[in-house]
Amino acid sequence: MAGMSGRMSTVIKAKISKLLDKAEDPGETLDYSYTRQLESLQQVKKGIADVVTAKKRLGMQAQKLEQSVVKLDTQARQALAAGNEELARTALERKTLAQTELQSLDQQVAELQAQQDKLTESEKRLRTKIEAFRTKKEVIKAQYSAAEAQVRISEAATGVGEEMADVGLAMQRAVDKTEDMKARASAVEELEAAGTFEDLTQLGSGQDDIDRELAALGSGSMVDDELAKMKAELGQGSTPAPAELESGGETKP
Amino acid sequence: MIVRIMGEGQYRLSQEVLERVNELDNAVVAAVDADDEDGFHESFEEMLDVIRSEGEHLGDEEIETSDIIVPPSDTSFEEAAAEFTGEGLIPD
Repeated sequence: MAGMSGRMSTVIKAKISKLLDKAEDPGETLDYSYTRQLESLQQVKKGIADVVTAKKRLGMQAQKLEQSVVKLDTQARQALAAGNEELARTALERKTLAQTELQSLDQQVAELQAQQDKLTESEKRLRTKIEAFRTKKEVIKAQYSAAEAQVRISEAATGVGEEMADVGLAMQRAVDKTEDMKARASAVEELEAAGTFEDLTQLGSGQDDIDRELAALGSGSMVDDELAKMKAELGQGSTPAPAELESGGETKP
Repeated sequence: MIVRIMGEGQYRLSQEVLERVNELDNAVVAAVDADDEDGFHESFEEMLDVIRSEGEHLGDEEIETSDIIVPPSDTSFEEAAAEFTGEGLIPD
């Protein structure tokens, strides 16, 4: 059971040897390692800041989507009150879509939070280890002959190098996840821009991306239920509402 | 033996615990080979749990090199396919 196996170990070993193969003189190795460690710590801090930024952006989008949901609901009611059932249906379909997006957005924010927590923990671990290395390097310098120091330095540097490699890979995972979410966030922004209608009367017959997406989603039955509920609330079915909006479609209650 | 779980830190395992981990390591490899995703998650999580609960957690200030490196807990089945092959993480 000796030695490391597995791809991860190979990756770590490669990273450590890359971190260590610069200096030859023990004293140099110490200072070089320490400089690299501090750089690595800075990178982790930057990585955490990136995750926080991405999380904030998603949070803001979620807020906007929540507003859209409210707005679309109001619009659906207005359309229904005006006797335009088709328009009400479209608004409700968009509301359903916005709600679905909202759910996935909330989930992504939670995922990023988890990444952030992990990275913060890793940063703390690395910081402590670097501090221990700093102390150890002074001891090594003071107490050991050059040959012995070389061995001990290499051991210590490898140990911290492993931690650096670990944090580096954790950061890479966080960055990959954040990139995925950024791309998704842009898509949601477009959707959000097209999701509500500034002017109810402007909704023409032309199908946009949202409509096509809706058709694919087949959110029909949910929308039917909500539409029926809304009608009941408005007391429709007996008294036809005054038609403020003339958009042609005569709807039968 | 010192084991690192990526993203979590290092643990010192006794020979006894290491043997249990090795069995689970082999179970993970078997699950990956059999294309059994549920089996993979089950064995992999158990493996992590045993390391965490039975191992002695190394302090952050201890500078040690690991003998075994275990991939992070959020390793996907696809990623595992590249990791758990042959004798797994622990050579038999």
